[in-house]
Amino acid sequence: MSAQRGAIPAISLRDVRKRFGQSEIIRGCTLDIARGERLALIGPNGAGKSTLFNLVSGRFPVSSGDILLNGSSIRGLKPFEINRRGLSRSFQITNIFHRLSVYENLRCAVLWSLGYRYSFWHRLNGLKDVHERAEQVLERIGMKRRRDVAAGLLTYAEQRALEIGITIAGGADIILLDEPTAGMSRSESDAAVDLIRKVTEGKTLVMVEHDMSVVFGLADRIAVLAYGEIIACGTPADIRADARVRDAYLGGHAPVEG
Amino acid sequence: MAKMLTFRPINLGRRIVWGGYALLLALAPLVFDSGTSLSLLSQVGTVTIACLSYNMLLGQGGMLSFGHAVYSGLGAFVAIHALNLAAGGSLPLPVTLVPLVGGLAGMAFGVIFGYVTTRKAGTTFAMITLGIVELVFACSLMFPQFFGGEGGISGNRVIGEPFLGISYGPQLQVYYLIAFWLFVSTAAMFAFTQTPLGRIINAVRDNPERAEFIGYDTHKVRYLTLILSAFFAGISGGLAAINFEIVTAENVSAARSGALLLFTFIGGVGFFFGPILGALMCVFLTVMLSDFTKAWQLYVGLFFIAIVVFAPGGIAGILALHLRVAKHGMYARIWTPLWRVVLAALVMLTGAFACIEMLYHRSLESANGTTMKLFGLQVDTAAALPWVAAVALLGAGTALFAATRPAFAEAWGRANGEIEELARRGA
Repeated sequence: MSAQRGAIPAISLRDVRKRFGQSEIIRGCTLDIARGERLALIGPNGAGKSTLFNLVSGRFPVSSGDILLNGSSIRGLKPFEINRRGLSRSFQITNIFHRLSVYENLRCAVLWSLGYRYSFWHRLNGLKDVHERAEQVLERIGMKRRRDVAAGLLTYAEQRALEIGITIAGGADIILLDEPTAGMSRSESDAAVDLIRKVTEGKTLVMVEHDMSVVFGLADRIAVLAYGEIIACGTPADIRADARVRDAYLGGHAPVEG
Repeated sequence: MAKMLTFRPINLGRRIVWGGYALLLALAPLVFDSGTSLSLLSQVGTVTIACLSYNMLLGQGGMLSFGHAVYSGLGAFVAIHALNLAAGGSLPLPVTLVPLVGGLAGMAFGVIFGYVTTRKAGTTFAMITLGIVELVFACSLMFPQFFGGEGGISGNRVIGEPFLGISYGPQLQVYYLIAFWLFVSTAAMFAFTQTPLGRIINAVRDNPERAEFIGYDTHKVRYLTLILSAFFAGISGGLAAINFEIVTAENVSAARSGALLLFTFIGGVGFFFGPILGALMCVFLTVMLSDFTKAWQLYVGLFFIAIVVFAPGGIAGILALHLRVAKHGMYARIWTPLWRVVLAALVMLTGAFACIEMLYHRSLESANGTTMKLFGLQVDTAAALPWVAAVALLGAGTALFAATRPAFAEAWGRANGEIEELARRGA
C-alpha cells in the first residue's frame, strides 16, 4: 500500500539530515508514510534507524530538511509538543516509571490526553475516565494480574509489554516502536507481535525491528536504511527481491553507491 | 460503568489515621504541659510543615534542594512585616491569617526563583539552589530595611483586642494556631499526592525523559510543584515568625536549608509521613541534646551518616520494612539476631559516647577541673581508669557488633528477599 494520492501523509520526511559533529548520520531521507500504514524500518547496525526515530519524535533536532506530522512541520518542537500532536513512541531500552506500579504507569500515560494536564485540583481516584482507560490498556496488554506490582520488579518481557502499553495509552494515532521484540524469546516475541497488531489497529505504525519474521508478519511496507540513506522502500515481496538490500545486509557492509 | 477501586476499609483506615493525628495534635499540650515542652512542640509543628513541603521536592519530585529555607525564611520575613503593619493599624489582618501571608510570599518567591532552578533536574538543580540560597543570604546584608541586619526584625504577636479570648499571648494559644495550620497543611499536602500533578511529579522523578514523551513538559511539572511546595514552606515561616516574634538572616541561610534536608532525610523521603517523624525526632534531638551535651552536633552528624549508610529509607523506611516483615509473619525469624545486634550496638555506642564526652570535657571545660558527670557517675578525666573502661566498652561493643551483625544481615536479607520474590510474582 503506498500513500494515497491527495491524502496528507501521517509522517512526511523531506530531505532530513542529521549531523553529530563532523559525521552525518542521516544523509538526506525522504519518505511519506500514509495514515493507517504499518511501516517497518530495517537496516544493518549503525544505519541510523534509532536516530531517525529520535528526530521524528523530537528527541534530537534535525540539522536540515523538514519533518511534517499530518501536514505540519514539527521543526524545533519539543518531544511533549510532538506527543500532544498525536505521536507516541516506545524505546529500545525499556523506559518506564520503575518505582510506580503498572497501573500508575498507565494512568500517568493517559492523563494528558484526557485533558487533566497539570491539575492539582482533581482527585486522581475520582477520575473515572482515567481509571477506565488505564484498566482498558491493562487488559489489552494482558497485565491485569500484575496491576499493582512496581514496574521495576516486572520481568523483561512484561516491561516490554508495559513499554508498549505506555506508548499507546494516550490514544495517539501515530505509533513509533523501537525494537519492540528485542531480547525476547520466540514465544515472547510471537505474543508481542499479536499484542502490537491488536493495539495498533487502525493506527499508523512505524517500527524498527531486526527480527525478519516480525517485520514480514506485521508490515505493509518496508523501508531499508543503510548508512543514513533509505536505499529501498516497498512491499515485503519487493524488498525480498531487491539486490541492493541484499548487498547492504550480506555484502559485508559495503557502502551503497548513490 | 466500572466501579471505582477505592476500597471502603482503606477509606475507613484513612479516617482513623487522620482522626488520630488531629487528636494527637489536640492532646499533646495537655500531656506535655510545661513551658519548655510547649515551646518545643510549637517548634516541632513549624518544622514539620517545612519538612513536609521539602519532601514534595525531594521525595516526590527527586529534586535535591540545598536552598529550601529561602522560601520559609522569606515567608517569615514578609509575615513579620505584615504582623508589624497590622500592629501599627495600617493593615487589617488578624494574626490567625499571618501564616497565610507568609505562604503567599513563599509562593511568590517560588514563582521567581523556581523558574530558574527547575529548568534542570539532578545535580544542576542542586547547584542552582545552592547559588540562590547564597544570593538571598547575601541580600540580607544588603537590604537592612527588609532583613533588619544582624539583629533581624522583631515583632509582637499580641495585637489589638483579644478575639473570643484569643490574644496569642500565651504559648498554648500559639501552639494551637500552629497545630491548626499544621493539620490543614498536612492534609493539603497529602491531597496533593493524590492529584494528577502529584502523580506526574513522581513520574518525572522516576524518568523525566519518558515523561516528555507522554505529553508533559518536565520543567513545568517541577516548576508548579516547587511553587506549591514554597507556599507551604512560607506558611511554616509565617508560623515561626509568630512563634519566636523575631526573624533573622539565619532563617534564609544555607545552614537552615541543610537542616531541613537533614531532618527530612532522617525521617524518610520515601513515605509521606516520613518528614513528620524526622521533624519530631530531630527537633527533640537538637534541642534536648544541646542542653545535655556540647558535642550534640557531632552526634546529629553521626546519626545522619548512620541513616544514609544503613537505612537510606530513613526512620519511616525502617518502620515500614519491619512492619512488612511482621505482616508476612517472619518476625520470629529475625527477632533473636535483631535484639543481639541492637544490644551490641548499644554497648558500642555507650563506649563511644563516654570517649567523646570525656574528650570534649578535656578540651573545652578543663578550666573547670578534670572531673565531670557521666551516666550519673563522678568521673575524673585525668585518671586512667575511666578511659580504659570507656575504650574497653567501645572495643567490646564493636567486636560484639561485628560478631552479631552477619547473622542479622543474613536473616534480614533472607526474609526480605522472600517478601520481594512474593511481590515480584504479584502475590
